[in-house]
Amino acid sequence: MAETIDIIKDENIVYQKSKVLTDNVMHYCPGCSHGVVHKLIAEVIEEMGIQENVIGVSPVGCSVFAYNYLDIDWQEAAHGRAPALATATKRLMPDKYVFTYQGDGDLASIGAAEILHACNRGENITVIFINNAIYGMTGGQMAPTTLVGMKTATSPYGRDIDLHGYPLKMTEIVAQLPGTCYVTRQSVHTAATVRKCKKAIRKAFENQEKKIGTSFIEVTSTCNSGWKIPPVEANKWMVDHMFKFFEQGDLKDAERDNPDDYKKYIE
Amino acid sequence: MAKIKGSIVVDKEKCKGCGLCVVACPQDVIALAKEVNSKGYNFAYMVKPDACIGCANCAEVCPDSIITVYRTKI
Repeated sequence: MAETIDIIKDENIVYQKSKVLTDNVMHYCPGCSHGVVHKLIAEVIEEMGIQENVIGVSPVGCSVFAYNYLDIDWQEAAHGRAPALATATKRLMPDKYVFTYQGDGDLASIGAAEILHACNRGENITVIFINNAIYGMTGGQMAPTTLVGMKTATSPYGRDIDLHGYPLKMTEIVAQLPGTCYVTRQSVHTAATVRKCKKAIRKAFENQEKKIGTSFIEVTSTCNSGWKIPPVEANKWMVDHMFKFFEQGDLKDAERDNPDDYKKYIE
Repeated sequence: MAKIKGSIVVDKEKCKGCGLCVVACPQDVIALAKEVNSKGYNFAYMVKPDACIGCANCAEVCPDSIITVYRTKI
């Protein structure tokens, strides 16, 4: 035990809470992926040293209180309209880093038009899309992204294709638009995927400096309360069920796919 | 051969007892306590402090950023 106490010194710290995060206790349920993504954004902002130059646009949904947890400038958008507000912010202040943080109920249903047109115009913003296949805040109703057969409060016998239609793959749709430069789908259920997701967020913020279009990051995440599964099992459920439909990885990367066009953009 | 020794400090009043750090730990160092904090959650603690290698996996997956990781060579 004496040895353990010796280790706990400031010079031995290898990982601590980011300074961009505030000391407020997050209101999210235990094990919610929102907390991890907030932390990753905070770490990226801290590493890039852009805390004074970032403007976030928070959505309607559980993450509506994101402004309580990240110590940066925020704007609050009407439901689904975060990309429209981010467009205005970025056009008025092109030197700032502007990102939106949206859930699937916000981005994929009521805000579907805003996100499609913002991506199609190629606004230089970063969009972080938290996809947990359910409306978490309002009590676990069916969302556009709910999987076929998945039970929710409003589809108690499972999502039926005849009745409710097919789940929506927003990320695949956005990847086809010429305005986007980086479209990827990540997750934050293990330490390895957390690190990969952080790299993706960093790249998305750096793309704003290069002015090459919209960066879109989907984070496949869990909703323990809405799914009614404990946190650890929820992660397993996500891997077993959601990953089959929402395939992980980069869908589009301008730097990788079209190096010639990409160079022209930078010049 | 230099041996790596790690340790974590959990802010137990902010811990919500989700257990994600428990499964993330490659050395099975962390467990949820039988006692509860003032909010009624079984907080995480080091059940095998000697086995910790300070890899920071637990802190990476912690949704509430309450784990601080220390590491040194001995």
